[in-house]
Amino acid sequence: MTADAQIAPTPTAVEPARAAPRRRGRGRRARQTAWNLVGIAVLVLMAFPVFWMISTAFKPDDQINSLNPTWFSLHPTIAHFRDAIHRPFFWDDIKNSLIIVGVAVALSMVLAFLAAIALAKFRFTGRKLFIVLMIGIQMLPQAGLIIPLYVVLARYHQVNTLSGVIVTYMTFVLPFSVWTLRGFLIGIPRELEEAAMVDGSSRLGAFVRILLPLVAPGLVATSIFAFITSWNEYIFARILLSEGQKQTATVWLSYFTGTSRHTDWGGLMAGSTLVAIPVVIFFLLVQRKIAFGLTAGAVKA
Amino acid sequence: MSSSHVPSQAALAAEAAPWPRRRRRLTWAHAFRFALPYLLIAPVLGTIGAILGYPLYHLVKISRERYGLFELIQHKGYPVGWANFSSVLHDSIFWHTLLRTVVFTVANVGLTMVLGTLIALLLVRVSSIVRVALTTGLVLVWSMPIVVAVQVWYWMTNYENGVLNYALTKLHLGDYYQHDWYATPLSQLSLVTALIVWGAVPFVVVTVYAALSQVPAELLEAAEIDGARPWRVFKDVTFPILKPIFLILTSLSIIWDFGVFTQPFLLIGQTHINTSNYLMGIYLFEEGYLKSDFGRGAAISILMLLMVAILSVVYVRKMVRMEEVR
Repeated sequence: MTADAQIAPTPTAVEPARAAPRRRGRGRRARQTAWNLVGIAVLVLMAFPVFWMISTAFKPDDQINSLNPTWFSLHPTIAHFRDAIHRPFFWDDIKNSLIIVGVAVALSMVLAFLAAIALAKFRFTGRKLFIVLMIGIQMLPQAGLIIPLYVVLARYHQVNTLSGVIVTYMTFVLPFSVWTLRGFLIGIPRELEEAAMVDGSSRLGAFVRILLPLVAPGLVATSIFAFITSWNEYIFARILLSEGQKQTATVWLSYFTGTSRHTDWGGLMAGSTLVAIPVVIFFLLVQRKIAFGLTAGAVKA
Repeated sequence: MSSSHVPSQAALAAEAAPWPRRRRRLTWAHAFRFALPYLLIAPVLGTIGAILGYPLYHLVKISRERYGLFELIQHKGYPVGWANFSSVLHDSIFWHTLLRTVVFTVANVGLTMVLGTLIALLLVRVSSIVRVALTTGLVLVWSMPIVVAVQVWYWMTNYENGVLNYALTKLHLGDYYQHDWYATPLSQLSLVTALIVWGAVPFVVVTVYAALSQVPAELLEAAEIDGARPWRVFKDVTFPILKPIFLILTSLSIIWDFGVFTQPFLLIGQTHINTSNYLMGIYLFEEGYLKSDFGRGAAISILMLLMVAILSVVYVRKMVRMEEVR
């Protein structure tokens, strides 16, 4: 890959004018090709940082620190990954992240599922207010919540404990999960539940046998997405956890550059790759299901 | 949405029982039915109240107190009335930061929306292989954790052997040999903007592209046959139909970018952060948390939360209205 291929005109392409149809068939084909070229250029520009992260992670140090970058190393090494996982607290912090995220998501899912049933299947006074609350909370900037959460958690000796962080994460996982699960529950035809109840099943029986299997994919997707947001969270973990072995993976990564003037770029990129991998895999799995959660129905309505 | 009372009554009717017993059970059933949704939302409401409501109540309280490290340990603030608020509102750094944050937000949201829409329109025109590749690439970018993205950008923009300086120099866009991107506030914040826009564009593209598929093809064809140029077609046909989605995406972006913290905090780096490149989130962090002046920090938090609340009204109202249509 050459440098020239890296930088392309911005997507404000002037191509269509140039591809104005003089002879119909060939004009159309030329225009299609031009659009495709612009598309590829945009792809290269957008994906380059991700490519560069992986490429650097596998590069030997002399190629990383050279003034003429090597686009793709022909002698890949896994030394940086070995360095990264042997840095202090890597495994501790991965474990902390998994505990915090696991507990916060599991607790939130149980509570949120109940509330989502209420929203999706019942009309009741105060329903609208509850919806406003669930959407509104998701809009609160995390920075604005640093002080209140820190002060209250300090009061109950929850600073520098994983439980304190779990509680903070639930402030954004809960409303998100209520809202998303509600969307999945609405999608389930009411007739199915009614049929079960007419057959003589109790309400709970109908719920367990009919609703739960139907909504299971939604529960999984919501959990995964909640997992991703919590795993990626930085600011609360940074403020609430001050000891190296008690921190989370993202805080571990943010301290990687250290204070020394010379940064271990290969190790940093290997560490970045490791922190990103679980998220990327999960994200690719659920993106289609959740992507529109925040904007669902905006066009149809 | 049909009334949710229907199934339960059907169920009750099915339980044909002797008349007197049935009547009593009906009353109980009705009470239970009435209470059920409240019982279902109670756990969430209780938890939110405890982990968010109580801290917010506390926030209002300590905003009118002197509350530093000493008071934090004592669990007791010293009442000072509106002193914290007046100190913040008389602080020229606050007003400069607010102005900078507004300009920053406008630039970020504008770039995100324009680039996102252009790429979405591009997706409609490319062939299917390119479309799949481009979508995959965008989703990959979207999935990058923010902290990871910051580290990668930090490496790419390094003055010594960062690839950005190399590429710009090679493309004869100027001499960027050992150019330090972290030298001036404008340059620092431009980098943060580039990083945020890069990360935010995929969400906009995917959402707008999905919305574009709902624009009736006949309308577009009719406009083209009438000889409308692409810009006119977009302005008079596509845009009006997509307006709701643009409104939602724009207000979401405004809210997110106004309160942004992690990207500027980590990319600029704590050693380079000073009053000349403060954004609201950072100002709050530095003044309230780092200086352990929680009372004043609380005042700033309240001001910031109020501003975001005002910005959120459009979005929340829109979402609630859509929920009612279902």
